Amino acid sequence: MTLLLACSIAILFAIGGYLLMRRSIVRVVFGLVLLSHGANLLIFTSANLVPLRPPIARAGAPAPEPPFADPLPSALILTAIVIGFGVLSFTLVLVRRAARELRVDDVEELCSERPR
Amino acid sequence: MTAMLPILVPLLAAALALALPGDRAPRLVLLATALFLPLVALLVMVRVHESGAIVVHVGGWAAPFGIAIVADRFASIMVMLAAIVGAATVLFSSGEAPDPRTDRARSTLILALLAAAAGAFLAGDLFNLYVWFELLLVSSFGLAVLEGRGNQLAGGIVYVVLSLLSSTLFLVGAGLCYGAVGTLNLADLGVRLAELGNPRLATVLASPLLIAFAIKAAVVPFVAWLPAAYPPLSSAIGALFAGLLTKVGVYAIIRTSTIAFVQEPEVIGFAILTAAGATMALGVLAAVSQAEIRRILSFHIASQIGYMLMGTGLALVIVATTPSESVRAELATIALGGAILYILHHIIVKTNLFLVAGLIERRRGTTELKALGGLAQSDPAIAAIFLISALSLAGLPVFSGFWAKLVLVRAGLDAGAWIVTGIALATGLLTLLSMMKIWVEAFWREPVAAAPPPREPGPGWRPMLAASGALAAIALAIGLGARPAWWLARGAAEDMLARDAAAARVLEGGPETPTGERREPRAPDPEEPRR
Repeated sequence: MTLLLACSIAILFAIGGYLLMRRSIVRVVFGLVLLSHGANLLIFTSANLVPLRPPIARAGAPAPEPPFADPLPSALILTAIVIGFGVLSFTLVLVRRAARELRVDDVEELCSERPR
Repeated sequence: MTAMLPILVPLLAAALALALPGDRAPRLVLLATALFLPLVALLVMVRVHESGAIVVHVGGWAAPFGIAIVADRFASIMVMLAAIVGAATVLFSSGEAPDPRTDRARSTLILALLAAAAGAFLAGDLFNLYVWFELLLVSSFGLAVLEGRGNQLAGGIVYVVLSLLSSTLFLVGAGLCYGAVGTLNLADLGVRLAELGNPRLATVLASPLLIAFAIKAAVVPFVAWLPAAYPPLSSAIGALFAGLLTKVGVYAIIRTSTIAFVQEPEVIGFAILTAAGATMALGVLAAVSQAEIRRILSFHIASQIGYMLMGTGLALVIVATTPSESVRAELATIALGGAILYILHHIIVKTNLFLVAGLIERRRGTTELKALGGLAQSDPAIAAIFLISALSLAGLPVFSGFWAKLVLVRAGLDAGAWIVTGIALATGLLTLLSMMKIWVEAFWREPVAAAPPPREPGPGWRPMLAASGALAAIALAIGLGARPAWWLARGAAEDMLARDAAAARVLEGGPETPTGERREPRAPDPEEPRR
């Protein structure tokens, strides 16, 4: 299972990295989406992938019964997903706005120093 | 609780600025909060210097498990600087004409940015740092493109894409660290990585994080976003960014490389030194070739980041290579203290130079050097402020930059790092050249024939001049009273290098966990030990 996930992360990072180096801005944004998916999956994999009880204590018990799964990575991923979602939607709006104002979808042209 | 105030005050004010009715309310809330923040920062600073670092365990959860807010001397200095920069730029922007379309969003975002910067300086664990970084980024994204001009959008995209790449790397690094040793607390990370007994693995874990911070700090080769994003910004926002954003990255590099990833200081130190040399040299060379004030200043930011990294790298190399323990502590403290003194002086001076660019724009309507001239005659006040800041930046004696560079060069010679020290000296010379170019072309020479006539400064000129003048006064005070500034920086460096004491402070004395239980493996994970 870990191997499978590791391979998926590698593929996500590879495609994301490739897209990031394209000239089309929209592709660059897609590259970022894939990279952030890869990162989330990586945190998921870095926690142990073993079937365990959910980390929820019974009513009245001070702690859940061991062995139970580590809840922290899921919490981290959730936070990262929420932040990533917000930031990426901002990026999409920004790219759309820039496409309308500047009429470019090309990183090279975007970074050229000609005054606008 | 005191340590939380620099985060809580601007965060609550941001909510207030968003919620209060009326067109003028957000601006007033912003101004009041920004001018109040230096007092809060002063309170934290005094507390920290009186009674040592403050560690707050948020929600009562003990250190390796809960979120720790750590205010040591370095963090308190940075919080203070952020508050000063915030106050000056907000005071400056209060002189700009109100724009009901963007004022509310702008005020809220500036306050959120100030809260996030303070949060990043005070964060005691990686994930918390990540969240503050993201808040910092999101608010800066908003501010960068708020006015929606074409070149702002273009620069904004470059900035956003590279920042998101850096955030992803940060996340990857945090995830890998958690996977390897099961902790995210910076102090605990240092302890656990040492127990792991695999120095090379620790360095590998550090690399995605350090690269992520390097992107944020605009270190060569990750510098491209900065000159694209900064020059199109409005004056006050540009000054705020120039003073704060990259320095948060530098701060994170210093923090992590001195407390968490300390297994192979010679490797990390050498990498940082190499980056420092390249950043100083390329940044200043690019700056010399520019002809617009904000673009010149933007490239100088990168170049100056190199000096801060130089001090950090030197400290790490000295720690790794000096055999005698007492000499090592002394030399490393001087090197890191130099870096901190440099940050202290740079934040004030650089913010002020961007404000001066704003003043010039207000008077002449442009910051292109070829269209300027004669400012020394028409605006002696601006000229004086610029000269103080520019000479500080270049590091002429008695100005603040001189002392910072003196300490760094001294540390470089002590460590035998000839190449980077040589680059630092040459960079200082080129910085002077570039500052004198602005001085001669914009201030000293006769106005060019085609130049537009000076405009009336109009309403709101006084607060703008006051903000800039206050920063110039602070810069001058740092230069003339170098001893207290050096005392602050040196104390902060001592805190950072006394790693075991720093770790103990964070990890022990938590509200719920007695000291003896700290070393137990994470309770939830039955699979320990694992890698």
